[in-house]
Amino acid sequence: MGDLTTVASCSAALQLGQISAVELTQEYLRSIAVHNPTLNAFITTAEQRALEQARQADLRRAAGTQSPLTGVPIAHKDLFCTQGLATTCGSKMLAQFVPPYDATVVQRLDGAGTVTLGKTNLDEFAMGSSNENSYFGAVKNPWDVSCVPGGSSGGSAAAVAARLCPGATGTDTGGSIRQPAAFCGITGLKPTYGRVSRLGMVAYASSLDQGGVMAQTAEDCALLLSAIAGHDPLDSTSSSAPVDNYVAALDRSVKGLKIGVPRQYFNAKLDPIMAQVLEDALKQLESLGATLVEIDLVQTQLAIPAYYIIAPAEASTNLSRFDGVRYGYRCQDPRDLQDLYRRSRSEGFGSEVQQRILVGTYSLSSGYYEAYYGKAQRARRLIAEDYAEAFKQVDLIASPVTPGAAFELGSKTTDPVAMYLEDIYTLAVNLAGLPALSIPAGFYDHRPLGLQLIGNHFTESTLLSAAHQFQQVTDWHTRKPALHAEIER
Amino acid sequence: MSVTPQHIADVATLARLELDTERLQGITDSINEILTLVEQLQSVPLDDVKPMAHPRDEHQRLRKDEVTEHNQRDQFQAIAPDAQQGLYVVPPVIE
Repeated sequence: MGDLTTVASCSAALQLGQISAVELTQEYLRSIAVHNPTLNAFITTAEQRALEQARQADLRRAAGTQSPLTGVPIAHKDLFCTQGLATTCGSKMLAQFVPPYDATVVQRLDGAGTVTLGKTNLDEFAMGSSNENSYFGAVKNPWDVSCVPGGSSGGSAAAVAARLCPGATGTDTGGSIRQPAAFCGITGLKPTYGRVSRLGMVAYASSLDQGGVMAQTAEDCALLLSAIAGHDPLDSTSSSAPVDNYVAALDRSVKGLKIGVPRQYFNAKLDPIMAQVLEDALKQLESLGATLVEIDLVQTQLAIPAYYIIAPAEASTNLSRFDGVRYGYRCQDPRDLQDLYRRSRSEGFGSEVQQRILVGTYSLSSGYYEAYYGKAQRARRLIAEDYAEAFKQVDLIASPVTPGAAFELGSKTTDPVAMYLEDIYTLAVNLAGLPALSIPAGFYDHRPLGLQLIGNHFTESTLLSAAHQFQQVTDWHTRKPALHAEIER
Repeated sequence: MSVTPQHIADVATLARLELDTERLQGITDSINEILTLVEQLQSVPLDDVKPMAHPRDEHQRLRKDEVTEHNQRDQFQAIAPDAQQGLYVVPPVIE
């Protein structure tokens, strides 16, 4: 199969007729069969459906009606509804759920002709930073199977890193695309809030959730984002702002680009190895013609408390729909309606989800609303204003994605606060609705580290071009983990 | 502001969750840790700041009040745990 591990290389080989979509799909399904038992990156693989989609893609290419993505195999995070294909959200609640409709993201990628290899594992309802909260078991990091892949889009990140798919969808509520991308050494883009439709993307926190893309390169992310970005009349929060040509923008030089370096992130508290990796990455960007500017994000410490009030509050509301009546899990032999609700929910939801529902219900309950939710919404404005101020001076902001490299499985599961602190560099971006990406920038021993670039609203093309230019002069994104049972492609 | 197991039991009733006594203490401890974390906001002067509900400070658009969807009741009820004759079946509410 040569080196057909990126979206761009698959697209080119299909276009040149060097391989058919069916052959490409078969190769990927074979790799998944070999490596998934170790990694647990996929909850569902869709062999027959994928091969049928591939056959259709080959016909479409033969007819000359293809898009660049026609025949390219991808995977969807198992939070996106796929008509006729199980969508579990990593939960017992939806273990048997087969949606009667497609998410807009899925519909658009299907329309472009991608082949869905399967549905990737995640923290239950996207609540987690390690992918250990899945009803279907933890995902392993392909770089070190004793470590977590990050979360919540851990299955998508592990699958791309292990070359089990060239690209995947993800969702990001507080870092769920960027943090696993960093831990697995791939590129992950969380678009501006509203850039990508949320229809059919099972809701966690509606004012923070945003679908995005994960792949080896910024170029691949641009190809995938081009297919899914844009207004959706069925999602009232989706934006009608015009969509840039992300692929054409990749060649834009970073010359003259001002990149803000927040003093609050690059300080003595930062791990020295992480600091060195980020400093080297920033020097690379500087050598390409970017200018580094020290900036302040003084309200950044408000992000964790504000997020861990707002997200559970919205979650408690969103997850009230799972009542054992219309879809999802129902308990055995309910005594009465209250018993049906309570036992279906307690038996169907895992412990982290129940905890967040309880925190959210508490903070929204009578007498506490203003002290918690009200305050958090006010703090949210200060955080957003902080960024708005910074973007008067700079085009992009650089920061770590995570405090360190991927941590060991089980090392933080008993301490919710320690787990929450993992998101310290990513949460504020969601609160302000900004686009941001994580790109591979180095290693901590053998585990990858990422650099985060944050842009102003709707500047995905600037982010992607800066990342692409960085990837023209570095090779971190081309490194791949040495997997056991490696098969020759 | 710390919460007691009784407090969490009351919240669980509101959230339609059932917690046995064994889990109640553990979950109360975890929630107290989380509340300590978010408590940092209490000392920040925020009274003069307007709350922000939408991350780009936008209002939701309205659409025309027109029927755009066709009836898909059968499809949607096919995935219900129990539905008969177009109705969702639950235990009797009135004896």
